[in-house]
Amino acid sequence: MKVLVAVKRTLDPYVKVRVKQDQSGVDLSAAKMAMNPFCEIAVEEAVRLKEKGIATELVAVSIGSDKVQDQLRAAMALGIDRSIHVQASDELESLNVAKLLHAVVQQENPGLILLGKQAIDSDNNQVGQMLAALCGLPQATFASRITVRDGWAEVAREVDSGEQVLAVQLPAVITTDLRLNEPRYAKLPEIMKAKKKPIATFTPAQLGVTPRQHLNVLSVAEPPPRKAGVRVASVAELVDRLKNDAKVLA
Amino acid sequence: MNVLIIAEHDNVSLKAATRHLVKAAAAFAGTVEVLVAGAGCQEVAQAASRLDGVARVLLADHDCYAQQVAEAVAPLVVALMDSRQVLLAAATTTGKNVLPRVAALLDVAQLSEIVAIRDSRTFVRPNYAGNVLVTVESLDSRIVATVRTSAFEAVGEQQSAAPIDPLDISHPQAQSRFVSASTLQSARPELTAARVVVSGGRGLGSAENFRLLDGLADKLGAAIGASRAAVDAGYIGNDHQVGQTGKVVAPELYLAIGISGAIQHLAGMKDSKVIVAINKDPEAPIFQVADYGLVADLFTAIPALEAAL
Repeated sequence: MKVLVAVKRTLDPYVKVRVKQDQSGVDLSAAKMAMNPFCEIAVEEAVRLKEKGIATELVAVSIGSDKVQDQLRAAMALGIDRSIHVQASDELESLNVAKLLHAVVQQENPGLILLGKQAIDSDNNQVGQMLAALCGLPQATFASRITVRDGWAEVAREVDSGEQVLAVQLPAVITTDLRLNEPRYAKLPEIMKAKKKPIATFTPAQLGVTPRQHLNVLSVAEPPPRKAGVRVASVAELVDRLKNDAKVLA
Repeated sequence: MNVLIIAEHDNVSLKAATRHLVKAAAAFAGTVEVLVAGAGCQEVAQAASRLDGVARVLLADHDCYAQQVAEAVAPLVVALMDSRQVLLAAATTTGKNVLPRVAALLDVAQLSEIVAIRDSRTFVRPNYAGNVLVTVESLDSRIVATVRTSAFEAVGEQQSAAPIDPLDISHPQAQSRFVSASTLQSARPELTAARVVVSGGRGLGSAENFRLLDGLADKLGAAIGASRAAVDAGYIGNDHQVGQTGKVVAPELYLAIGISGAIQHLAGMKDSKVIVAINKDPEAPIFQVADYGLVADLFTAIPALEAAL
């Protein structure tokens, strides 16, 4: 079975977010970038499926400027066999991303498509579901456990009420949640080997997709800061403040 | 613009999130209809028909909607959007699962977790775990958005209930099937709707110690929350997790006990009205967002607080 994994280049999750002075966006000009953490989990799961003998070929795809090839190399250092780079803007909207991935799915015919449940920059949590819709495939979002057998994937999903287990017929789209696995670190020999693995490059036009603008960003701003609080010396003072100052206790 | 809301429910009861959705829907100044898709969910539809501002309830009661899987619900909703301009669902795991699928089928964008409605096309939503607020205008013919319900008030009840129209549309499908669900029953209020939330972190040290929060929560009529660290350490189930990947809460009073205040946790609670932090580490980042901070040993502070209430 071939597994396709989508990977996004985002701001490193441990770096402070800085908004541009003119409020046109987040300043990424000198920022440290990384693979979106949820995508790392998707890559790790694909590699484990290959180690178990369930997956036979692992293909990563990323959409954006030439810099996304750094993240594709990183994915290949972790065990992805080859990559596809779709050359486009780094700020493409979810629906356009899903349409480009749909074209890649039609070209590759994977048995399973893995994506992170959301990117930590736009926090959209949409692409996997949109891709499943466009492909007419079943979806299992927010996966914390995946078991593949007999042409089906049984997926434990992290839902608000606890856990839900769904079985989806393959091919299917699965999006990964935090507890699915702990991604490994790449070893140096693998990083060297990844440099020789192939990356095929396509433009949206070659994939038959014309990205379309659906949203217009008017401003990007920092939220108003919370007013500085006070330290209280004791439990008694805390209760007194909550009753008489904040008036949240009767 | 006419609004369709997808009711948040579990076939048995209508969740409070729906009340907040109706409030958000009022901003579009059109007819507000609520879709209840489920199985054996008559009572949910009745509860929805009483919400103030609801003009009509559409009831799709069929086995294929029992678990509200996206493959069945999405085509149902898509058909209903022929004659409506706005679709809203709560930014819960159910809403987040279904709405992007609907948006893609309608060939429109989906807006995630809107926290404010500037006008019928312009919305505010968080990015980067709430470190950034983006104001965005939709250029589409239809608005499809998930709503962060804690950012909107809840509506009350109306004098006369709205009519309930049964929909005889089913979308049975064989691509996905429900296997099982583990849902913990609790006598406490729902985490995202509670007036008070008592949350514990890794500072509590063990699952047994975590139970110390029970007495405090009982006294305050509070829901119990947890940091990701506490959930990962096995102190409590993931359905209690507050934060970027858990639930977003904005109660009147949030008590963070033994929680250091990782940015992912702050993303889920920093819009609470009053935040109290109790931590033995005076440098813990949680104190930067707390209205009242108490540096103390948890195991003396928790019983003392419980006794003082």
